[in-house]
Amino acid sequence: MTTPLQRADVARVARLARLTLSDDELDLFTEQLGNVLEHANDMSALDLDGVVPTAHPFGLINVFRPDVVTPSLDREELLREAPDADSGRFAVPRILGEAP
Amino acid sequence: MSVLPDGWEMVVGLEVHTELLTKSKLFCGCENHFGSEPNTNVCPICLGLPGSLPVLNEHAVELAMRIGMALHCTIAPSTFHRKNYFYPDQSKDYQISQYDLPINANGYLDLPDGSRVRIERAHMEEDTGKTTHLGGSGRLAGADRSLVDYNRCGVPLVEIVSAPDIRSSAQARAYAAELRGILIATGASDGRMEEGSMRIDANVSVRRPGAEFGTRCEIKNLNSLRSLQRAIDHEALRQIELLEEGGTVRQETRHWDEDIGETSTLRVKEDAEDYRYFRDPDLVDLAPSEAWQARVRADMGPMPAERRHALETRLGTPTDAQRDAVVVVIDLGLERYVHAAADAGADVAIALSRAANELAGVESLDQLSSDSFVKTVAMEQSGALSATQAKAVLGELIANGGDPVSVAAAKGYEQLSSDSLEATIDELIALNPDEWGRYRDGDDKLAGFFTGLVMKATSGKANGKAVVAVLQSRR
Amino acid sequence: MKTALSIADNVRNGSSTAVAELEQTLDTIAARNDELNVFLHVDHDGARVMAEAVDAAIARGESVGPLAGVPIAIKDNLCQRGIPTTCSSKILEGWRPPYNATVIDRLVAAGAVPVGKTNLDEFAMGSSTENSAYGPTRNPLDPSRVPGGSSGGSAAAVAAAMTSISLGSDTGGSIRQPAALCGIVGVKPTYGLVSRYGMIAFSSSLDQIGPFSSTVADSALLLEVIAGHDPLDSTSLPESSPSLLAHVDDGVAGKRIGLVKELYEGSSPAVVAAVMGAAEALREAGATIVELSIPELRLGLSAYYLIAPAEASSNLARYDGVRFGRRVDGEDVTAMMEATRTAGFGAEVKRRIMLGTYALSAGYYDAYYGQALKVRTLTINAFARAYQEVDIILGATTPDVAFAFGEKAADPMAMYLNDVFTIPTNLAGDPALSLPFGRGDHNLPIGVQLLGPGRSEAQLFAAARTLEIADGRA
Ligand SMILES: [Mg+2]
Ligand SMILES: [Zn+2]
Repeated sequence: MTTPLQRADVARVARLARLTLSDDELDLFTEQLGNVLEHANDMSALDLDGVVPTAHPFGLINVFRPDVVTPSLDREELLREAPDADSGRFAVPRILGEAP
Repeated sequence: MSVLPDGWEMVVGLEVHTELLTKSKLFCGCENHFGSEPNTNVCPICLGLPGSLPVLNEHAVELAMRIGMALHCTIAPSTFHRKNYFYPDQSKDYQISQYDLPINANGYLDLPDGSRVRIERAHMEEDTGKTTHLGGSGRLAGADRSLVDYNRCGVPLVEIVSAPDIRSSAQARAYAAELRGILIATGASDGRMEEGSMRIDANVSVRRPGAEFGTRCEIKNLNSLRSLQRAIDHEALRQIELLEEGGTVRQETRHWDEDIGETSTLRVKEDAEDYRYFRDPDLVDLAPSEAWQARVRADMGPMPAERRHALETRLGTPTDAQRDAVVVVIDLGLERYVHAAADAGADVAIALSRAANELAGVESLDQLSSDSFVKTVAMEQSGALSATQAKAVLGELIANGGDPVSVAAAKGYEQLSSDSLEATIDELIALNPDEWGRYRDGDDKLAGFFTGLVMKATSGKANGKAVVAVLQSRR
Repeated sequence: MKTALSIADNVRNGSSTAVAELEQTLDTIAARNDELNVFLHVDHDGARVMAEAVDAAIARGESVGPLAGVPIAIKDNLCQRGIPTTCSSKILEGWRPPYNATVIDRLVAAGAVPVGKTNLDEFAMGSSTENSAYGPTRNPLDPSRVPGGSSGGSAAAVAAAMTSISLGSDTGGSIRQPAALCGIVGVKPTYGLVSRYGMIAFSSSLDQIGPFSSTVADSALLLEVIAGHDPLDSTSLPESSPSLLAHVDDGVAGKRIGLVKELYEGSSPAVVAAVMGAAEALREAGATIVELSIPELRLGLSAYYLIAPAEASSNLARYDGVRFGRRVDGEDVTAMMEATRTAGFGAEVKRRIMLGTYALSAGYYDAYYGQALKVRTLTINAFARAYQEVDIILGATTPDVAFAFGEKAADPMAMYLNDVFTIPTNLAGDPALSLPFGRGDHNLPIGVQLLGPGRSEAQLFAAARTLEIADGRA
């Protein structure tokens, strides 16, 4: 059985999800998410050891596309939708670290 | 051999990322092409635009299977997962990769020195885009703005993960070189490290022999065999120094600076990333049938080790220099020339030497038929061409094609007829009776004296070997 | 109320034109949209161009598709090239997709005229269309009440007779529940029957696009047009579109219909009475009614509220301010992404992203997400067992009629419970439809639900048509 959701858990998850929560939101979400997880405990408590998880309702396998080049998008149309662009590229503020 | 102080051993595992030689990307039809104008090979799918969905490139799967087969892996039913982390070079903020069920697992790679490195897995995943940094020194650190090009985003990769079986930087280098040869031989990759189509991360730790594994550091993105070898040695020595001073190694990711020859901390792993892997619900399972696997296997040519062996067998007992030449010839895929020469009964050693030296590093060999190559070797062997002339003829054939006999003629390499060669030699014998006497009495060094005279007299048109043969016959 | 079938007939036989039908639709929208907030964007010019093209094709004597000249409303989570597509989120404000969803291409090829984009709960997360960044949609039958959700705008468009048909999407009931609350027909097709390409994902393994209409036959027609294999969607079923319209009058004689108590118990008395009435009507039409219990269905809600948020947490990662949509600046790229997402997403979306991130995170995966996938297996097996005994399952769509604004908004769990009858079919991937049958409190419509095994749409339409006749609406 899992321990009840803590405020610190919600803060950690918010960081992972790139969301900033105010103190009030932290309290509210801790309570609301706690309720949903509590409801899920009826399910978590089941012994489902031999049950195979289903990721997909129908077991399709081996769906492919042929290795054929298809037209790409028009770069100008694309960069028009970009919040910031420079020299044919998407521009972002400075990056503080390498990819994890 | 080892650069480490006595009583220390390094433990190395390599993760090699290789881009696959497909026409299109892994999950969309954009061109898989290095060097295009930024963001011109992108579509809703590889840009991760809302609503877009991935569909797996069948040929990429086939190339991944070839790699697995060449590495003696088990090919198993597999799935695609999402590796979730936010980073601007990743258009969906997750990477589609294989996780607990990779397509290839549990293989091995045998190195030329006879050692074996186990392969844990060789899984498929998508590449990220490329960032350039503005301001500062143009590097990530200190930049004030970055620009992202998604042309590379979604290019198919296979990540080959070795077991921590490597014990020296030389072995690591040999592993990477052998793997590169295999990747090229399977047709899965062009192996171009300088273009980033093959990239290596090294996990390095040190220990007292027989002790438990030490804490490892990961050195990222080594882009040449030389960097790989230097970085591993440097990192192992750094760790040993640290431990001998009573310190501890911190698990972290490190960056290799080729210019100053040092590694430095990129990221400490204490705050382990939580990637929240789960099966990508947009993709279905991959389960290559036996029949498909058999077809792929049947299509595969021999791997470098087998090809090296075939050439060495034709040489009989190869010298060290010839073994090196064999490696070069196999690496560059030039052995068909040598085999053609051998098949025609020409001298394998001459053919090997010409292939390893004159054909290596040449931009294009389209003009040189293996028939012309064989003829040139035969002419050199018979004495019709000197070694220097044979090299010049090959150079001309490579540049402009043609027939070796006419090329040699055009260059004025017409050999003296054997009659006129013999007449010249007889004349020179008559002019130098003392030297001839000493030669006849067994002083072989004087063969060189006479050969020099003949060359001078014939303006270099005579063939050295033929001269010696005539001198012998006159003895 | 005009049907799509009659519009297409009239356009084809010259008694009407696509342009005339469109103008009437645009007039109705203009008259009622301010009050009801159904459309977020009306594509006057683009729709006129398409309508004129249909009329021109007819004038040239060319054959036109089965939806020739039929105006249709599109849920605003479906991409249409050059048309603002927001998912009712601030984070996509102003975004114009550079490509069409497969369903849009198929509609246009069939002669339909997409007239605009309809309101929804932000990223389809909700059951009332109150969670829209662009304000709630009102129920045309009683503007003080919600139309249901998340496809509330598309349901309201049909209920208000703005268009005869519309497209929605159903992840846990988002077509059937608003269809029930608005008194129309709504269908969640078999997973994979309709391509998801170009549908902005909420939960990829559960999402399906489906039709709304006022009649059963119109939904059958619309589904025929949009269904069938699409090479752009790996999860698309391999077969071509099934024949549906031809079977709507097949009836239910000889069919075994399961009355499943887990799919109506706990509902208001009027809803239970409607379900019983529907069972009786089907029996009178020649079906055998079998009372069944499928206890596993009770676990569906918990599994759904872990699986859907987990997938959503990953699907919604790409809204990071880098490539499209809205950006809020920050010191560095991480700060920018966080500021963008914090300002761009509404509370319910944040709640589900958080829930899903938690369910997938290290140490919790097995207890929550992993366990939910196993419960999904139990649900699939339980349905499969039931379908060995019966051909079709009958239940309620929602526990009650349309509720008032704000009634459930403060308590997410209360809102989630509204989907308790619709969620199990999404977990199983099976088809289900909702159609109005009888009236409840305040004379508001009640929806009954028909469920079947995968690919059984044709017999669901036949059963629905039987009920439509019995309810005196045909
Ligand atoms: Mg990887
Ligand atoms: Zn692409």
